[in-house]
Amino acid sequence: MHRTKFFDHVILLAGVFLMIAPVVVAFMTSTHAAAEIHRDGLMLTWGGHFDETYREVLTRQGGFTGKVTGARMVMNSFILGIGFAAGKIVLSMLAAYAIVYFRFRLGVVFFWMIFTTLLLPLEVRILPSYEVMTKLGLVNTYTGLIVPLLASATGTFFFRQFFKSVPDELLEAARIDGAGPFKFFIDILIPLSRTMIAAIFIIMFVYGWNQYLWPMLMTNDESFYTLVRGIKQILLVWIGSQIPDYNEAFAMAILAMLPPVLVVVIFQSWFIKGLTESDK
Amino acid sequence: MAHVTIDRVSKDYQAGVRAVDSVSIDIADSEFIVLVGPSGCGKSTLLRMVAGLETITEGEIGIGGRVINHVDPADRDIAMVFQNYALYPHMTVRNNMAYGLKNRGMNRADIEKRVAEAAAILRLQDYLERRPRQLSGGQRQRVAMGRAIVREPAAFLFDEPLSNLDAKLRVDMRGEIKQLQKRLGTTSIYVTHDQLEAMTMADRIVVLNGGRIEQIGTPLDVYRQPQSAFVASFIGSPAMNLITARGESGNLVIGDQTVVMDGAMTVPDGPVTLGVRAEDMKPADHGATAHLELAIDYVEELGAGRLVHGHVGDARLALSTPSGEPLSDLLPIVFDRQRLHLFDTATGRRL
Repeated sequence: MHRTKFFDHVILLAGVFLMIAPVVVAFMTSTHAAAEIHRDGLMLTWGGHFDETYREVLTRQGGFTGKVTGARMVMNSFILGIGFAAGKIVLSMLAAYAIVYFRFRLGVVFFWMIFTTLLLPLEVRILPSYEVMTKLGLVNTYTGLIVPLLASATGTFFFRQFFKSVPDELLEAARIDGAGPFKFFIDILIPLSRTMIAAIFIIMFVYGWNQYLWPMLMTNDESFYTLVRGIKQILLVWIGSQIPDYNEAFAMAILAMLPPVLVVVIFQSWFIKGLTESDK
Repeated sequence: MAHVTIDRVSKDYQAGVRAVDSVSIDIADSEFIVLVGPSGCGKSTLLRMVAGLETITEGEIGIGGRVINHVDPADRDIAMVFQNYALYPHMTVRNNMAYGLKNRGMNRADIEKRVAEAAAILRLQDYLERRPRQLSGGQRQRVAMGRAIVREPAAFLFDEPLSNLDAKLRVDMRGEIKQLQKRLGTTSIYVTHDQLEAMTMADRIVVLNGGRIEQIGTPLDVYRQPQSAFVASFIGSPAMNLITARGESGNLVIGDQTVVMDGAMTVPDGPVTLGVRAEDMKPADHGATAHLELAIDYVEELGAGRLVHGHVGDARLALSTPSGEPLSDLLPIVFDRQRLHLFDTATGRRL
């Protein structure tokens, strides 16, 4: 086995420093007062205003209407992230199940149709999607925020590959054991896909959490603001001699970063398993 | 328990590709039938048609007198053991065995009882809460057996269940399966490509080749009276010697030598394929007239005996002899002339 040498540690430390340093700077800066930041720039020391700033960010009624708080934004972000991830997993698992296990006419064609939509990112179809949602009266609803983005070629593709790697004998054994298509899916396929589901959940949660463009289009009611939009909002208050609340912007950025980091840290062993090893 | 009838069953994968060709087998209640043949001979396809995992192109399959051509696999009252065991990896041994019963709506107490019984028979009591991944190959095999046993089906179907095990374990499991089948008395169809498994386990062997039945018979029948050159070469180890010979006025001509038959069997004039097992020849005693002189190529020492490989003209022969003194280059041999087999050179059928 390769023995870890001094130089290896140096490289790793450099990597860690490079990754962590901006986060540390953001966090430290967020504990200073806005005026200090405006005067002295980024900080590397503890400012001592941690409590006030974070409480302020989470509870102050802000925005134009003065109704939306940071906590509300955190909740919105969670609804979006989890709704996204769960919805995408359910949809893409069902789609992949149909493609892999059922022989229907044009099955292959449908698969390639889904697959080629990978070439069309959200931005390409954002106007037509918006148009449809407006006509359906879904602007300013969670449904409108989540549903149009649920179809996932990536998810479908991952699950398809995974299902294909499940041995046929398992399906045959289940058929002889009296499990119909529905039971096989629930009793065998879903438990087998656990690690895969976890992996896709992470990817999709982070993707949903970080959505910016679509929520901005779909909602103008401030009670639907997400954290990512909130950051932008704070920096927009440059009126007269007022200084933007830099500290709050940084605090909010830290808050916005936390849940995805937690999700990844908690699920990372599953994530790696899901993408590499097949447990059959 | 039930008899299984397979009546002129054929399987086409696409038009023109015939995997199984008009196969008929009557399997008696409690019988252990082994389907044996080289890969691609249609044995697995036939088994899968009985199981309901493949559709039947032509013909009829009946279990216990009921035609099951269009019956769902779950309702055929059969249980199958797969080559790679096909255990559900996320379920414990207990749940693996219980799953089929649960799906049939059996009550918990009965399931518990049957699983306990099967576990006792298969010596799996200590492993019931483990997952397949934590078991050895032989144990997994037994769980797969257990899953079949708890169902108490009309017939067991085995699809090369031992081929993933190492040689020693295979011999052990062979005996276990055989004993278990005798004890339960469940009609069984067993697919293998290993002629030794077929010989040792079967009540009757069905030898398949190219989707057709070559011969059905007890292991000894098939060994002693192979109905075709294919069966002769496939069953038995070492494989039967098959050499080209010529019939001339009742005697056999091999290369430039003539085996005098003295009417031991009728030999038609013209070319024939001669089959002779290694144990049906022996070195001629001193002074006795030899039938043939074998030019020795090499000798395989097996401990209990040895296998002498040689040739007569173009024809290659192997005979087994007791180990003993070194052999000269030219070995006079005698045949057990009652035990020679003659096959038609063109069709391979027994003459």
